[in-house]
Amino acid sequence: MFSNFDFDVIQRALPYLWQGMLTTLWLTLLAMVGGIVLGTILALMRLSSIKAISVPAGIYVNLLRATPLILVIFWFYFLVPIAIKHISGDSYAQGIGPFHSALIAFTLFEAAYYCEIIRAGIQSVPAGQVNAGYALGLTYSQATRLVVLPQAFRNMVPILLTQGIILFQDTSLVYVVGLTDFMGAASKVAQRDGRLVEMYLFAALIYFILCFLASYTVKRLQLRITPPR
Amino acid sequence: MAMIEFKNISKWYGSFQVLKDCTTQVEKGEVIVVCGPSGSGKSTLIKCVNGLEPFQSGSLIVNGQSVGDKTTNLPQLRAKIGMVFQNFELFPHMNVTANLNLAQVKVLGRGVEEATEKSRALLTRVGLIDHAQKFPGQLSGGQQQRVAIARALAMDPIAMLFDEPTSALDPEMINEVLDVMVELAQEGMTMMCVTHEMGFARKVAHRVIFMDRGEIVEDAGKDDFFGTPRSERAQQFLSKILHH
Repeated sequence: MFSNFDFDVIQRALPYLWQGMLTTLWLTLLAMVGGIVLGTILALMRLSSIKAISVPAGIYVNLLRATPLILVIFWFYFLVPIAIKHISGDSYAQGIGPFHSALIAFTLFEAAYYCEIIRAGIQSVPAGQVNAGYALGLTYSQATRLVVLPQAFRNMVPILLTQGIILFQDTSLVYVVGLTDFMGAASKVAQRDGRLVEMYLFAALIYFILCFLASYTVKRLQLRITPPR
Repeated sequence: MAMIEFKNISKWYGSFQVLKDCTTQVEKGEVIVVCGPSGSGKSTLIKCVNGLEPFQSGSLIVNGQSVGDKTTNLPQLRAKIGMVFQNFELFPHMNVTANLNLAQVKVLGRGVEEATEKSRALLTRVGLIDHAQKFPGQLSGGQQQRVAIARALAMDPIAMLFDEPTSALDPEMINEVLDVMVELAQEGMTMMCVTHEMGFARKVAHRVIFMDRGEIVEDAGKDDFFGTPRSERAQQFLSKILHH
């Protein structure tokens, strides 16, 4: 049944597809790291007993979570140049390019999701642990850094990585701002050579293999790091 | 002046009053046992001492500092007051030595070597030096609680608070923890212990405080308390727990 198909097209396009994959991987990795850092800050803010701190974080998270990702990507691509022009007053100011604007969009978007994961992780650390830290004379910041977050992250590693896998898949949306990720590269080759079925099958296979391997690794990791209590 | 002085402490959770006008004091070197039925506010009372539980009215002076005062540096005050919890609350992501070193290094500013030396001396003292590199999850309850006591002692506290230190332990492990506490008491440590271990109270307590429904019902010398408790509620309580 594959007699009409030309799978050589994939081989010829491999260098180009690899470039796309690098973009995908960099975007995933950087947005994940940025999202976790920002998400941690947001989670600590949301858990604050001071309303002036917790409410803005809550609004941010709920707003981003109620917005389609593709809209956020669009917004940053089109709004950031306008904002830069407005702030700098230079009407010829350039935007920051599709990669950087996509990176910022993903980081800010993922931060909202990571915030909720991390908030749950922090709450999973028993209050007695925090009290034990305080009783020893630790300050809030020390108790958070040395006692709460290490335990929270250990509990959260699997779900943080799972969110990373979702992010990896979501990065394929960057085609809307003309950034060539793996999906974009496959798509362009498919259109150019008129080999839609082959290329999309190949792309699906690669996404499947990578995500499956990553999920499997997460599962293995989960079994290993469950701490004795 | 007393080391810990409660004056008319009251505390509410919403409209429910957990502490009613509690007044008592703990002198330096005194061992106080706080007992009473569950929900009587005894844990809440001793958690007020290091500011883990805020209170709404009254005053509490610890080592000359007012706990309720907003200008009091609570972490600094807490560093001088050791506390042992019902559920041990060792840090599960650190080994035993790291548990003992943490606050010595981060709060007292000791060097790691100095802290480790102190930790090892204390672990030897509670009989757990062989477990110095293990994680809390690898130890029995009694061992964990002894590590927790050593962790509190590593800060060279001026007083120790015990919040039901043996309540979460299997019966055969209670004594190993009590032995450490008795030794501490005999060395002259100022101690405030919430416990139902009346044997411990008989052996080392100077005074016994009996609480019921947030009130200090009885605050008497050990011999008076066990000999002739004045209040009916204390008599009932004692007859219930000393029955066996």
